[in-house]
Amino acid sequence: MTVPLVVIGASLGGPSAIRTVLAGLPADFPWAIAIVQHWRADHDELLPDALTRGCPLPVAVVFDKEPIQPGHVHLARPDYHLLVEDGHFALSLDAPVNYARPSIDLCFESAAEALGPAVTGIVLTGANDDGARGLARIKALGGRALVQDPSGAECPTMPQAALAATAPDAVLRLAEIAPWLTRAAGPTLRPSP
Amino acid sequence: MKGSGAATSPAQEPTLALEKLELRLLLEAIHGSTGIDFRGYSPASLKRRVLARVKAEELPSISALQARALHAPECMQRLIAGITVHYTTLFRDPGFWVAFREKVVPILAGERSLRLWVAGCSSGEEVYSLAIVLAEAGLVERTRIYATDLSENLVEQARAGVFPLRLMKEYTANYLAAGGTRSFSDYYSADHEAAILSAALRRRIVFARHCLATEGSFNEFHAILCRNVTIYFAAALQARVHELLFASLAPAGILALGRAEAMRGLAHEDEFEPLDVRERIFQRKSAATA
Repeated sequence: MTVPLVVIGASLGGPSAIRTVLAGLPADFPWAIAIVQHWRADHDELLPDALTRGCPLPVAVVFDKEPIQPGHVHLARPDYHLLVEDGHFALSLDAPVNYARPSIDLCFESAAEALGPAVTGIVLTGANDDGARGLARIKALGGRALVQDPSGAECPTMPQAALAATAPDAVLRLAEIAPWLTRAAGPTLRPSP
Repeated sequence: MKGSGAATSPAQEPTLALEKLELRLLLEAIHGSTGIDFRGYSPASLKRRVLARVKAEELPSISALQARALHAPECMQRLIAGITVHYTTLFRDPGFWVAFREKVVPILAGERSLRLWVAGCSSGEEVYSLAIVLAEAGLVERTRIYATDLSENLVEQARAGVFPLRLMKEYTANYLAAGGTRSFSDYYSADHEAAILSAALRRRIVFARHCLATEGSFNEFHAILCRNVTIYFAAALQARVHELLFASLAPAGILALGRAEAMRGLAHEDEFEPLDVRERIFQRKSAATA
């Protein structure tokens, strides 16, 4: 059975926003989570703590071909693109997309194409428009889209670009995202429509 | 993607399924026409690279690209180059080269003559980085480095050892971060826009075409560098290549993988000891301890 996957993209201001979202999730959150945060490659050892301090779920930076695991937080590796294939992640060193590697768009697009309606994409704070195209692709292939409310975002550019590209299922303040996901994941592993 | 999900979007599903079929047929066509086998490649990045070629050739579909590539050899060459190109730098991951100098060089220094293999050498950045490190360690004179890639064009490019001059600033910074102690400009001469690497570096390198996906082991090596090469392969082909690398490694030989590559789950996992966990440097156990 396909493991439902939440893909979260963030850039400037992302670490604190991501910590807030993750800290609000229950320890038995049943879906898999993948996080793409723009991050300097030479500081990669600082990434897990910066993004997931206080997160109740197991966390690891993704290795190539690692399975998508329910209830786990998978972190995109700095300086590699994170792609989603059928049931696992794949990494690539292809050229940066709009100066970003990992590219949120690439991760979201590949997740949509591999998993269709089992994907929920979330665009958080950031100073560029990465993620907008990918979020539209997720919606087009039957997945769900959330966007952080730009008015509360540390940097509203990225959420605004996402809103311009697609009509999300919800525009939420940071504190509302974990409860939304928890409700959507429901008591079983199956996503509710 | 899953082909059976009734809940998937009806409007987009045929396009994706069709694209998947077209991609499979294209890979068959490339294999049948050139012998080069991309069928075991990881699909997500492969599809992106192919679609980039569709766009660059200003064609409407993968099928149209297939038709042109089969009838126009130069289009086929561009397609293969587009699929096989790797984005790398001299002294990529400086931390790897620091670990290599500290942990691998002392092991290699115990051998009277050395055979090293850079498997998937692309345009040569990795092999020249290796040659520089071995030269600075005083080992190069007793070393033969084999540098192979499946693409004839890339092997030629690697053999030429010419890089854009504008990249030398970045490469110099990498070299210094990687523990380099000399002046990096000693290793190349500038000619207009090009940096031509010193011929002395090339003297101990054998460049050759070799396909990890279809060919076998051709020698036994004291160290193999195969970093960020197999991430482009799907799991079955990765397992094949792992087998090939293992078979090509002397007892107590060194295997260096890319930072994102796990040994976990591979057939010979238990026959390696990590020398540097973060930089993915492993040593094959010698016969006595295996």
